[in-house]
Amino acid sequence: MSSIISVANLSKTYGSGFRALKNVNLDIKRGEIFALLGPNGAGKTTLISIICGIANPSEGRVLVGGEDIQTSYRKARSLIGLVPQELHTDAFESVWATVSFSRGLFGKPKNPAHIEKVLKDLSLWDKKDNKIITLSGGMKRRVMIAKALSHEPQILFLDEPTAGVDVELRKGMWEVVRTLQQSGVTIILTTHYIEEAEEMADRIGVINKGEIVLVEDKTTLMQKLGKKRLTLHLQGRIAALPESLHHYELELCDNGATLVYDYDTQGERTGITSLLGDLRTAGIRFNDLDTTQSSLEDIFVDLVRTS
Amino acid sequence: MNHRAIRAIYLFEMARTWRTLLQSIVSPVVSTSLYFVVFGAAIGSRISQVEGVSYGTFIVPGLIMLSVLTQSIANASFGIYFPKFTGTIYEILSAPISYFEIVLGYVGAAATKSIILGLIILATAGLFVPLHIHHPIWMLAFLVLTAVTFSLFGFIIGIWADGFEKLQMIPMLVVTPLTFLGGSFYSIDMLPPAWRTVALLNPVVYLISGFRWSFYEIADVSVAVSIGMTLAFLVICLVVIWWIFRTGYRLKN
Repeated sequence: MSSIISVANLSKTYGSGFRALKNVNLDIKRGEIFALLGPNGAGKTTLISIICGIANPSEGRVLVGGEDIQTSYRKARSLIGLVPQELHTDAFESVWATVSFSRGLFGKPKNPAHIEKVLKDLSLWDKKDNKIITLSGGMKRRVMIAKALSHEPQILFLDEPTAGVDVELRKGMWEVVRTLQQSGVTIILTTHYIEEAEEMADRIGVINKGEIVLVEDKTTLMQKLGKKRLTLHLQGRIAALPESLHHYELELCDNGATLVYDYDTQGERTGITSLLGDLRTAGIRFNDLDTTQSSLEDIFVDLVRTS
Repeated sequence: MNHRAIRAIYLFEMARTWRTLLQSIVSPVVSTSLYFVVFGAAIGSRISQVEGVSYGTFIVPGLIMLSVLTQSIANASFGIYFPKFTGTIYEILSAPISYFEIVLGYVGAAATKSIILGLIILATAGLFVPLHIHHPIWMLAFLVLTAVTFSLFGFIIGIWADGFEKLQMIPMLVVTPLTFLGGSFYSIDMLPPAWRTVALLNPVVYLISGFRWSFYEIADVSVAVSIGMTLAFLVICLVVIWWIFRTGYRLKN
């Protein structure tokens, strides 16, 4: 797949001297859903703001659809729809008026049929004549998505799209995002909800302290960094581990009722066979066991901690 | 040229005017009528003619300018400040639109409103005093030039302001005094010579003088100087706006 966005050596230093982005290189493939993860203040929003033209870069270059965002900003920006993190909406305009305004702003001729479709897809059609101020937070969020989609962008940026949105609505939004992807729109989302990235993304990028720490296919990432955890439920409680088991780095939990063993599925040896053998030798019996795969959240926390 | 974007901003701003009709149009008309009652009828009846024109008639151009100046600044500064305040400015900044087009949309709408307002006040004045406009084309030219120039000035204030207090400060503390002292209600010839010299430092004197000339062919300073001063202020505003967008001052960080 070809790149629709290409970020090269991008840095951003604010007036205060704070370096929000440090030599960022990133390529977004056409048609994918890319999730950008990172803790607060990592530079997610700064990166998006620069690509969309809201902030000026200090160094580096960004191409959107092959067009430079500074020298060819009209072509570059017309490809992008942006849904910012904060609920920045007008107050007294109707939903219909504000969404139509966005389309005009992006230089597109009037197309009531398209606006109607966008509003219907986002379950806003029956609110089209309502003033925005009368809408709930979730609806305002959808109005912002409708504004971003009003001019038929090829790329959609969703900055924390489901922050403060209830579970049902969140799932509804995921549905909308998937449908958009099927229609060929490239989607870049930032999120705090790891489950969202896990659920939606084709690829995941992790940013921390202004640097891209990692970019990887989601499935590869899960496999590569995925650790598994073996939990053994003991027949009787034990006070301490015998000497012979110390090198396994086991964790004794629940007042000695369970043993936890973390192992790497990618490693040559998982150590499970010998552990079970040594447990038997030590006379420790168990009546159940289970294994769990670490979630993207665990992976993320690990990465951020070590970067 | 993204003419659809200019149109979208312009119509959006004009829609705000119609929505706030009472505040945008009706209240300036009411306050102007009050000026006529107080200055024109009550006080004016005790003042003889000023340079061959009755006092009530004499103050008409000054009153129109007073409203056009303050409303141009208020409309344009609020028009650009409000999206900054609510955050909706993100959309303008991320749209495929040039700075020139943004200014054209906002300043165009603000100037349109003030021109409409000026004409409404003129019509209102016609109900109180007999009016004869000697140079209607020049009158319109001065009206448009002033509305555009001060809308640009308002746009600058709206960008500069980072709170409602600052938004009000320049209009309240600078523009209103300058307008009152700029010969809205008197000819600066009526001032003692020393104060007359001071008054000539006030840019508003030139606007009102030129505008009044287009009505009655009486002026405090020559018409060419009036036009020259207004154009000079227009150019200064354009340069400042060019600088704002070039540097992203208070818009982009």
